[in-house]
Amino acid sequence: MSSGGAQGDPQGRRIRWYGGGGAHDGIPYLHDVEVKGRLIVVEGPDASGRSTQVSMITSKLEADGYAVLNAGIKRSDLIGRGILEAKRNVSLGKRTLAMYYAADFADQLEHKIIPALRAGFVVLADRYIYTLMARNAVRGISRKWSHDLYSFAAVPDLVFYIDVDPQRLVHRVFEKHMQLDYYESGADLGLSDDMFKSFIMYQGRLAREFEAMQETYGLVPVDGNGDVGRTHRLLQRRIDSYLRRYG
Amino acid sequence: MRGGGGGEGEREATRIPSDLRKIRRPAIGLNLRGPAASHGARHRMTASGRASIPGKLIVVEGIDGSGKSTQIRLLERWLRYNGLDVFLTEWNSSDLVKEITSRGKKKANLTPTTFSLLHATDFADRYERNILPLLRAGYYVLADRYIYTAYARDVTRGCSPSWVRKIYRFALRPDLSFYFRTPIDIAIERMLVGRPRLKYYEAGMDLNLSRDPYESYRIFQSRIIEQYESMASREGFAVIDAARGIKEQQQAMREAVRALLPPRISRRAVMDLPHDGHDGAAAAAPAAAQKGGRGYV
Repeated sequence: MSSGGAQGDPQGRRIRWYGGGGAHDGIPYLHDVEVKGRLIVVEGPDASGRSTQVSMITSKLEADGYAVLNAGIKRSDLIGRGILEAKRNVSLGKRTLAMYYAADFADQLEHKIIPALRAGFVVLADRYIYTLMARNAVRGISRKWSHDLYSFAAVPDLVFYIDVDPQRLVHRVFEKHMQLDYYESGADLGLSDDMFKSFIMYQGRLAREFEAMQETYGLVPVDGNGDVGRTHRLLQRRIDSYLRRYG
Repeated sequence: MRGGGGGEGEREATRIPSDLRKIRRPAIGLNLRGPAASHGARHRMTASGRASIPGKLIVVEGIDGSGKSTQIRLLERWLRYNGLDVFLTEWNSSDLVKEITSRGKKKANLTPTTFSLLHATDFADRYERNILPLLRAGYYVLADRYIYTAYARDVTRGCSPSWVRKIYRFALRPDLSFYFRTPIDIAIERMLVGRPRLKYYEAGMDLNLSRDPYESYRIFQSRIIEQYESMASREGFAVIDAARGIKEQQQAMREAVRALLPPRISRRAVMDLPHDGHDGAAAAAPAAAQKGGRGYV
C-alpha cells in the first residue's frame, strides 16, 4: 500500500486485509473502498492500564488536531449487550463464543472502524482481533482456524502490546476491583479450583500467546510494569513519530 | 497443554472437550443397536478425517419453498416410528442467537459479514450443544439446512467463498445431503401462498438487486440456486426433484437413507403406505449420491 504523503492530507489507500490481496480475500465487497485515516491498536491484559492509556493517547492526539475515534471489542451497538448476557450463561461452547465475538467485531469493523478510516480519522482501538485469537487459542481452538476466521479484518497501521508481569497484574486487579473476574481468571477453563492460581495460569497462557503473535502479526511490546506516565510516554513517542511520517 | 494444535487446525478434531467426555460413556450402551460401524465411514470426515462417531447425520438443502422441511419431517416420523433415536435441528434456531439476530434484522443494518457470522454463531451453538454430542451418542441427527446453506447464501451476499468454508471447517460432513432441486417459479409460488409480503433479508433486499421485493426475491433465490448447483457434485449431494409429488420425494429419500439404517430396519419396505408409483420405486440412491449429485435420486 502507498505510504501517503509525508505532509498534509494523506492519499486514499485500499484496505489491507489479513486474508491477503486476492479478489476473494478479506471482505470482497469492500475492495474498492479507500481509506485515509490510520488504525492504531492497543492490546494488553485486563488491569494492564490499557484503557487508561487509550484515553491518554486520545487526549493527546485530539490536542494535536487529529480526529480520533475509539473502538473496542465489546462495544458494538448491535450485539455488544448480548455478549455480556451470554457470558453469564456458562454453558456456551468455546466455538460459539468465538463466533459470537467475531460477529461483534465484524459489526464494529464495518460500521465504525472502516467508515471512520474512510473519513480520515485516527481510529484508536482498545483491543482488536489479537485478544480474541489469544482467548480462542488458550481454550484449545486452533490458531489456524482463528487466523482464518479473522482474515476479514483490516491490518492495523500500528499494534502495541502492553506487557505486564502476571504477578504485578494480579495486584492491580485487586486494587481495581478487590476481586478476580470469572472470565479474566479463565475460570471457565477449569485450570484450578483456586481462583488466584487460575488467574496466574490463565494470564500466563495469554501472555505466551501474545508473545507468539508479536512476530506473526507485528505486535510491538511496550513495558507496562512501570507507572502510567512512563508507559504513556513510551506509547506516545512511537505513535507521534509514526503519524509525523505517514500522516 | 496450551494453545491448541499450534497452527494445524487438523489436530484439534481429535481432542474431546471435557464436557463431551461425560456424555460419551453412556452412549456406548445406547448405541448397541446402531448401524454397522463400516456404514458411511467414508463420509464421516471433516477436513480432518475423523472416525468413531456412531450417529448418522442427514441434511436437507435447497431454496425456500423447495419442500425440504416437509420432507425431513416426514423422514423424522419414519425413523422415530422405527424406534430410532432422532434429533431434528433447524437453521438459525438457537434461542441464544435468535434474539440478537432478530434485533439486528429489524434494524436492517447487518452487513454480509456480520450476518454470516451470526448464522455461524447459531450453527456453532447447535453444533456444540446438540449435533456433535448426539452423533457421539449414536443418534440420527437430521438437519433442516446445514453448512451448505451458509456456503450458498453468504457467497451470494458477497462474502469470500474460501472464508465461509474455512470458518465451518470444524463441522462434520453429513452422511447424506439431500438437495431439493426446484424450478424457481414453483418455489416462489409455494413461498408466496398466504403471504402478503416478504421480509427484508428473506427477499435479499440488502443486496440492492431490485426495489421490488418480489423481483429481488426472484433474483436472490436464482443466485442461491446457482451456488447450490455449483457445489452439488463436489459435495456429493443426493438430488431430489422437488417438482415431484410429496410422496414420491419421500420414497426416494427413504431409499437413500436405508443404507444408513441398522439391518433389521433397512431390510423392511421403505414405505408403509400402499405403493402407487409407476416409476418402480427410486433407483439405487446412495450410489447416485456418492457419484456426486448429478443424477436424481
